[in-house]
This record gives sequence, C-alpha cells and structure tokens, in this order.
Amino acid sequence: MATTTPTRGAPTPPAGGSGAVPNGRGTWRSRLWRLDDLASPYAYIAPFFLVFGAFGLYPLLYTGWIALHRVEMTSLSTSEWVGFDNFTKILQDSEFWTAVTNTFLIGVISTVPQLLVALGLAHLLNYKLRASTFWRTVVLTPYATSVATAALVFALVFRADGGILNWVLHFVGIGNTDWGNGEWTSKIAISVIVIWRWTGYNALIYLAAMQAVPTDLYEAASIDGATRWQQFRKVTIPSLRPTILFTIVISTIGSMQLFGEPLLLQGGTLGSTGGNEHQYETLSIYLYNYGWKLGHLGPAAAVAWAMLALLLLIALINLIVGRFLRKSAA
Amino acid sequence: MRITRTGRRGRRAAALTTTVLTASALLLTGCSSDSGSDASDSNGNITLTVADFGQFGYKEADLFAKYHKLHPKITVKEETTANEQDYYPKLLQQLNTGSGLADVTGIEVGRIKEVVDTQAAKFTDLSKTINVSDWVSWKEKQATASDGTVIGAGTDIGPMSLCYRKDLFQQAGLPSDRDAVAKAVAGGWEDYLKLGEQYKKKAPSGTYFMDSASAMYNAVVSSSAQQYYDASGKPIYKDSPSVQQGWNLAAEAASKKLTHGLAQFTDAWTAALRKGSVATVACPAWMAGQISTNSGDAFKGKWDIAKAPGSTAANWGGSFLAVPKSGKHAKEAAELVKWLTAPEQQAEVFKAIGVFPSNKGAYDLPGVKNATLPYFNNAPIGQIYADEAKTIPEAVLGPKDATIKDTISTQINNMEQRGTKPADAWKAATEAIDKVIG
Repeated sequence: MATTTPTRGAPTPPAGGSGAVPNGRGTWRSRLWRLDDLASPYAYIAPFFLVFGAFGLYPLLYTGWIALHRVEMTSLSTSEWVGFDNFTKILQDSEFWTAVTNTFLIGVISTVPQLLVALGLAHLLNYKLRASTFWRTVVLTPYATSVATAALVFALVFRADGGILNWVLHFVGIGNTDWGNGEWTSKIAISVIVIWRWTGYNALIYLAAMQAVPTDLYEAASIDGATRWQQFRKVTIPSLRPTILFTIVISTIGSMQLFGEPLLLQGGTLGSTGGNEHQYETLSIYLYNYGWKLGHLGPAAAVAWAMLALLLLIALINLIVGRFLRKSAA
Repeated sequence: MRITRTGRRGRRAAALTTTVLTASALLLTGCSSDSGSDASDSNGNITLTVADFGQFGYKEADLFAKYHKLHPKITVKEETTANEQDYYPKLLQQLNTGSGLADVTGIEVGRIKEVVDTQAAKFTDLSKTINVSDWVSWKEKQATASDGTVIGAGTDIGPMSLCYRKDLFQQAGLPSDRDAVAKAVAGGWEDYLKLGEQYKKKAPSGTYFMDSASAMYNAVVSSSAQQYYDASGKPIYKDSPSVQQGWNLAAEAASKKLTHGLAQFTDAWTAALRKGSVATVACPAWMAGQISTNSGDAFKGKWDIAKAPGSTAANWGGSFLAVPKSGKHAKEAAELVKWLTAPEQQAEVFKAIGVFPSNKGAYDLPGVKNATLPYFNNAPIGQIYADEAKTIPEAVLGPKDATIKDTISTQINNMEQRGTKPADAWKAATEAIDKVIG
C-alpha cells in the first residue's frame, strides 16, 4: 500500500524568521511523523527478515560452522575444529559422486517429461471447457497429497513381488521387473512419483501465464494464416518463456531436495542408503544417512553446503542460458 | 480456437499466483511431531509412555493392562516403531534436545554400548531400584557405565535356534522331526548348507531354503565372544574370525543359490513369509514372534523349531529398558521397568511370543521351563533355550555394532540378489564401515 506522500514527511514550515517552534504539540507530532516515515517501512518488512534470519540464515551459517567441525550425534555439545576435512572426506567418497549423478539423472528424467506434460495439460485447460474449475482442481490434487502418502502408495505399485504394476505388466509378459533394485528402473519409479505429484502444479502455473497472453496476438496470427500448432509454437511458447524458466528453476531446486520418494520407495535400511548399491541415493538421502543414521553431523553439514554450491552453479548456468535466449529472441 | 481472455489484469493476477505458489512451495517443509508424555491430572493419575521397537511382546502378553489393574493411578501407553533402525536415531535426537522422550525407552543390544559410553548421564541408575544381579551376568555388564551406574534393565536375550517349515522339509524329502533336523545339522552351519543343497534338489517350486544369508551370518557372529571390536574398543572386524567365517558361509550360500536373498524385516521379507516361500530362518528367540505374526494363521502348525546348527550358543539381539532422567515420573517409570523385567512378567512375554527372559529367576519357572509355542507345532522352546542360555559367550560389544552388522548384511544381500562377487562386496562393506566408524 502506497500511503505515504512525499509532502507528509517534510518538516513543518518554519513559522516566522526566528525558526522558533510554535508549540510543543506540533513538534511532537512532526517528530512522530518523521519517525513513522523512517521506521515504518522497516517495521513492515521486519517480520520477513526476522523469520528468514531465524529459519533461513541462522541455520545456514550454523550448518557451515558444523561443516568445519567434528560433531557427533551422540555428543552434540562437544565439537572439534577440523577445518575442511569434512569436505575432503565427502569429495573423496565415491558414494557422494554416485549421489550427485543420481540426483542429476533423476532430476532430468523427472523434470523434462513433467514440464512437457504440464505444458500440454495447460494448453488443454486453456480451451473453453465445461466445468473448467473442476478440471483445474483435479489437476492440482496430486500436489495436495503428502509426499509420504504418495511414495508409500507408489511403493506398493512398484513392488517386485505382488506389485500392481508388475501384475499389469505380466499380461504382456514382462511382469518380473524388480523396480526398486534396478539401476534404471528404480530411478524411473522415483521419477514417476515426482512427475505424478508436480505435473498439475506446473500446469496451473503455465495456465495462469497462458491466460495472460493477449488475445490480439492470436487473432493477428490466425489472420496471417497460422495453424494452431504454429500459434502454440510461435505465440504461446515465446510468451511463456519467463514462466518456463521459472518452473525449471523451481523443479531444479525440488529435484535437488528429492528425499521422501527415494527414502520410502523400498523403506527401511535400503531407503536410507538409497538402495542396496546406492542406485537411487540422492544427495538428500546421502546427507540424511551420514548425519542421522551414521551419526556424523560434520560431513552431513558439508554435504548440505555442497548442495548449496551445486544449486548456485545451476542458477548461474540458468542465468547465462536465459540471457542468451533473450538475446537471440531480440 | 478460443482462448479465454483476461488481458492486462490477467497478467498481474498470473504474476501474483506465481508468487504465491512459489512461496507456498518454499514453505512446504517437513513436519515434526512431539509425543507428549508426563500427563498427570489433579487426582494424581499419571500416564507413563513406553517407547520401543519391533516386538517387545508387552501388548501380546497384555502386561500394561495388568499393571494398570495393580496400580489404578498409572496408565501405560506404548509407542512402537516397527524398525529399530528408524527408532534409534530418533531416540538420540530426543536425548540431544531433551524433548519428546518417553518415560521408558527401549535400547537394542547393538546400541547399548554407544548409549552407555556417551549418554549414561541422561539415564536413571536402575541398580538402585532393581537387583541387577538377577540377570544373566553379561547382560548386566553391557548396561553398566564406567561409573557403575546401570542404565538399562535387560528385557530379553536372543538365544539361537533354527525355525523351519516341517511341511516343506517333508516335501523335499528331508527329515522333518525336530530332533532329526537338529541331528542333521549337528556339525554346525556347514551342515546347514549341505542340508540346503539337498533341499534345493527337491525343493517345492517357488520356495527357498533360507530367507537371507545375512541371518545365517548374524547367527554365526553372535555365537562368538569376539565380534566387531576388541576389549579396548578398537574395531577389529576385518580380522575377526567369526566375521570371516560368517561371511564365507554367506558367500557360499549365495553362490549355491540356497537363499531367497531378502533383506530381513523389509516388506519383501514379510511378504515371502506370508506366501510361505521360505523353508528355514536362523531363529533367535524373538524371531519366532516375527515369523508367526508375518506368516499368519495359514501356516500355523507348519513351522517348527529345532536346536541351532552345531547347537550354537549365541545371542542375537535382546534389548534393554531405560529410564531417561528428564521424565517427570522417573521414579514410577523405574518401578514399571522393575515390574516388567521381573521373572513372572518375562515369563508371560515368553509364553506369548517366545521372547526369552534375561532374568535368571525366570528360567526355573514352570511357565518358562515347560513352555511350548503352539504356532510352531508345540515346539518345546523353554527346553531348547534354557540349556543354551547358560552357555552363551560373553560378547565384546562396540559402539557401532548395529550399523556395522546392517552394513555387512546389505552387502551379503548384494551377493545373493545381484550376484556381486564376494571380493567386491567385501570391499564395499569395508568402505562403508570405515565411514560408519568415521
């Protein structure tokens, strides 16, 4: 709300040449005004920064502190300075690199189909439909379920022995897939859960952006004889570019934090090590296993910081690509 | 094609939606739950919470209701986590933060050393309430901290036996009588594998001789005094003879394909029990409860229990009950623990699900001595375990026993399931364990 006006904060006009203040009440009020002008903006934004400081910045810095110490789950009160040992430890651990690769691979095979399907869904929802609100709600329902519920149900679907999917597949003669144990099948299974949960969410974001595309563009295009497909490609997609970039960033962050789905796909010890041979261990799982199951919080914190570094790297790439795209579009 | 039109306002609305959705996405973080305990009302009624894992058998033996009858002002509430591997990290976290702790907490034998070494100050000294010399001596030692405080009361021990499917043995042309089975494997676990090869030749289709070679491995290791650490606390698992013997046997079972290759206590494992595709399970006393619960009524009377191969005297598992000092009713909780671990109550639990008493006083009770398990074809478990309990070696424990055991089990599973070469699996195991010991 823009309530303040430049004049309000201006000092009261000097009365007479002496510069004496006419009455105390006026000064008090003007001081209050000035204070209001100076302080209120900070007060308005303070809640965010306080919350961010307590739940964002402080944990971030504290994690950094832990990453440089030896801290054990069994004795949190004692810590010992180890410098960058924890970082060298995880960087030399082949399991860490497996986790990086897995996170990246699962990220790609879940994000790409997800966004493509979302785009298609949004396009369909953008037509004049009967009960459009109903359909939009339906599309968003998976997003409203909890990760744990979704993962547990899908774990049943993907179960090797007596899973629904294998039962269906056995009609075409391929019902023996051990989804959770396979190098690729496990990654696909996890991606399916992610895709199922997030497609509708992204579709709605695209839909919102699509509705903001001025209709005159389409009218002009159809006068020029553009087919629907051409309209979609040449009008819709370019108008959606910032939104697409946004969803890519959000999905990337999401896949970097992928945790519940791999943890619960097989559950138990297997879940916390990301499968027998870490075939679906993501970075978050690696962090969790190191910190909570093995009880070494130092390396776990180092993993957290490594994840931050990776995210920043991806953001940088995104920025460069985005700039390049804008330039080529111009 | 008609596009619903919204114009300029739409763009702002879209931007807003986007922002809101982003914010909500970023705010979607995990949730935590804090189990409140220490409830008491004006009449002095109190509720004690008992946090445990797996199957302690108190529910099955209806002990908490009985305690309430004896002490009408005390209600006991049990919070059970199915898997100990999920339970323990939670317990450590609660000990660290000092919140969410139950009045009584279960601790598994694979963790007790670490708890005794690092958390002893946070627990009540039970030796003041309980006569700890009633327990088998090594059980008492395991729960005693360096300053002499006893932080855990032994609930049970896990003497070893062999659970097997009588009907499958018959179909495969093997001896099915429990004494005959015990005789067939009297030479030890090598004999057990030989029996497995015989079974495999005529195995009923879709069945496997054993559920998991990791179970056999654990049985072998837990029969030895020296396991993963030496007495000075140094990890010596790489050179430990029992680890090597167990590993080699497991590798042999895997290469001869005598096992189902299922990690124990996973869904796949319970499903196999339910379907009845497993012929034998290396069976510490508490395993009987797991088998009967998971196999269900369909297999009642088809299971039986024989002496462990080579009459191995081993202890696999067994737990403790501890009382955190932070609880408001630590005194009442200690009394509850005393009652729960007294011979009579341990005998009740034994009768109910076969979890074997750690209290020596229970061994001579007729309810224990003559106990049989109806589910297991009335196997005389009292007799089988009581003799063995006296000869169990005093194992040297280490702080990371449980995690080391799990790590090795995972690699054994890899040999069984994925055909990983023993050398590669061992290398992976040692790398992972080095990380565990850290």
